[in-house]
Amino acid sequence: MSGKTLTRADLTEAVYRNVGLSRNESAELVETILETMAGKLETGETVKLSSFGTFSVREKNQRIGRNPKTGEEVPIKPRRVLTFRPSHVLKDQINDSMRANSGKAAD
Amino acid sequence: MIKSELVQKLAEDNPHLFTRDIERIVATVFDEISTALANGDRVELRGFGAFSVKHREARIGRNPRTGEAVAIEEKWTPFFKAGKEMRERLNKPQNENVISIKSQG
Repeated sequence: MSGKTLTRADLTEAVYRNVGLSRNESAELVETILETMAGKLETGETVKLSSFGTFSVREKNQRIGRNPKTGEEVPIKPRRVLTFRPSHVLKDQINDSMRANSGKAAD
Repeated sequence: MIKSELVQKLAEDNPHLFTRDIERIVATVFDEISTALANGDRVELRGFGAFSVKHREARIGRNPRTGEAVAIEEKWTPFFKAGKEMRERLNKPQNENVISIKSQG
């Protein structure tokens, strides 16, 4: 485990290296992918990416929450939450790799 | 929306690119995220959300039907948390109607 964080810049770089678009255009494409997905999710539509996972929007009903500090009851309004269900392919890929590496230098 | 529909939409928005290039771009993006997670790294996409890997310790589970104890190996699970902007977009005031209609039905 290297403890790194991948960002848009890394995705842009990968697209730039793999596809041969300019860096600018690669960055735009990465952004368009995310924006297209976000736009669909915003309308409540599910986004399914085979071998990666499924993003879906769930409707939560109103419930009574509690301020953990004061113990005060506060109503939590009905809201929509975004959930991600990883595919088996992704889960297996992560487990195979983490298992293979966990024997080596743990950091 | 499924992956092919995402590719199709991107192809429509980018008529100067070949569909096979778009397919490659989409595959690259998700492969890159998957590989990072497989290395135990985090992926942070501001506005959209962040992916991380959670470690679950080995434990003794139980078959709920038979009550039999079963050893469960340690495992790693990908986890996604929606970004602030995404959460706000999902809960914009104009979505309230949609929610109330749905929850009544």
